[in-house]
Amino acid sequence: MNWTLALPEIVLALSGLVILLAGVMQRRGQAFFSCAMMTLLALVVTGVLVVLSPDGTGYNHIFINDGFARFMKVLSLTGAALSVVLSVGYAREMEIDKFEFPVLIVFSTLGTMIMASSGNLMTLFVGLELSSLSIYILCAFARDRVTAAEAGLKYFVLGSLASGLLLYGISLAYGFAGTMEYAGLQQAVRGSAVLPAGLMVGVVFVLVGLCFKLSMVPFHMWTPDVYQGAPTSVTAYMAGAPKIAAFAVLLRVMAGPFGSMTPQWQLLIEVVSAASMVFGSLAAIPQGNIKRLMAYSSIGHMGYAMIGLAAGTAEGTRGTLVYLVTYLFMNVGAFAGIVAMRRKGHAVSRISDLSGLGRTDPGMALAMAVFMFSMAGAPPLAGFFGKLMVFYAAINAHLYGLAAIGIISSVIGAYYYIRIVKIMFFDAAAPALDRSPVSVSFVSVGMGLVTTFFVVGLGPVATAAQAAASALFR
Amino acid sequence: MHSAIEGIGLGPYLSIGAILLVLGVFGIFVNRKNVIIILMSIELILLSANINFVAFSAATGDLSGQVMTLFVLTIAAAESAIGLAIVTVYFRNRGSIEVDDITMMKG
Repeated sequence: MNWTLALPEIVLALSGLVILLAGVMQRRGQAFFSCAMMTLLALVVTGVLVVLSPDGTGYNHIFINDGFARFMKVLSLTGAALSVVLSVGYAREMEIDKFEFPVLIVFSTLGTMIMASSGNLMTLFVGLELSSLSIYILCAFARDRVTAAEAGLKYFVLGSLASGLLLYGISLAYGFAGTMEYAGLQQAVRGSAVLPAGLMVGVVFVLVGLCFKLSMVPFHMWTPDVYQGAPTSVTAYMAGAPKIAAFAVLLRVMAGPFGSMTPQWQLLIEVVSAASMVFGSLAAIPQGNIKRLMAYSSIGHMGYAMIGLAAGTAEGTRGTLVYLVTYLFMNVGAFAGIVAMRRKGHAVSRISDLSGLGRTDPGMALAMAVFMFSMAGAPPLAGFFGKLMVFYAAINAHLYGLAAIGIISSVIGAYYYIRIVKIMFFDAAAPALDRSPVSVSFVSVGMGLVTTFFVVGLGPVATAAQAAASALFR
Repeated sequence: MHSAIEGIGLGPYLSIGAILLVLGVFGIFVNRKNVIIILMSIELILLSANINFVAFSAATGDLSGQVMTLFVLTIAAAESAIGLAIVTVYFRNRGSIEVDDITMMKG
């Protein structure tokens, strides 16, 4: 048995335990910083191990390591590492600087990595739950704030419901196909002339559960409340790694085991994708709170990324992967801006609090403007290329309607992104915000540069995404 | 390896699973009183899937369904522990766990 396949996961799991131990050994209140640094180190080491890890399946086919898994794992580790950096300054000011915080991020990231490598519905579920359970705790981590507790409660109840439905779907798929392995499922689906109804119902349940985790319409109701109530650095994490992992699972399952059922599920994905794009851009317009606005924005972004899955081709998958890369960078960058929104020591999150930022803090205003234009899809920023590739794949797969809806809703969406830029640069100045911590400025500047000059790295990213996609569509 | 499945078939087991699932989902959406009932409903949903797993496993003679059941039981325990902890935190802040009161954030 080739256990080295899972070496990155094993290393990350062990370092999670070591960091937990190190946190317990130190004096209360001083452990946070060193634990966060150890977490960063562990995430980076794991990332290197992921890049070096070999191809293959192991552990009785429950674990797959291929180009696709590596791509998704590196992406999700990057998201986790950036949100740990964001938390360093933020957690102290919010008085949530406890060492459990980075440890929970480690375990949640471990869950996302297991999801990306799952070769069996069992691994899928265990990875998903490991990731979700850690995030439920993180949401309610600021336990003296009623909004955080409420966000945690809402996410817990609706997230558990989604996991339950997913599990029920897995049980039906298992029963009617006779196996939980992706390879076995693929054979069972291909071999049968008429698909058993139970299997179809099971696939729909699995889709619903995953769409819920991705906050796709009509399973999005939790998103705005949870994004608003959770501590901002947790929101930054939630919008990144777990969504990437849910996409990893969705792409792998829909291309592999249920790949030959494409005509049956394609319409469902198209409807969900179109509804998310339209709803995400319309519902964001009246929002006054920037975290809620980002929630609707991420609903929309997931809709765009879903276009690539609806296309059902390797090209579509490549589009989705590139979209996720651009989404991760601009999203973390925008959240760095939101984390920096503090006035006289208190976090503020109304959009009007940003007014006149162009005069009081030009650097931060410029960075936010870059992220907003990128999310709106303005060339030559990162967001443009993600959208370009998914729309291109949709046109090539003859999904003209979906591409048209996508383009129209991204025009509507541009309105509320550009409104923020207008408020920052042309409205009367509000009192200046506090100076942001170094770590937050670092993330903000770094992501701003990545977003602006993404075109330079587009070639290598697209090549890697192409390799990852072709690993799925062999 | 001839189990009770042989006598009455798979149907009754799957029906019980489906009924428990529906009960659980309705328990979450119809109940407006108490969060604890929601926690119980979540357990019902997980257990309905478990019944399916065991029944299918016995019917097909494939053991992986029963292994899955053990995993699910473990996860369900962790989930209810976390759920109760979050409910406790919420109660300390609000002094109530009525479902209708969970409306601080809206829009």
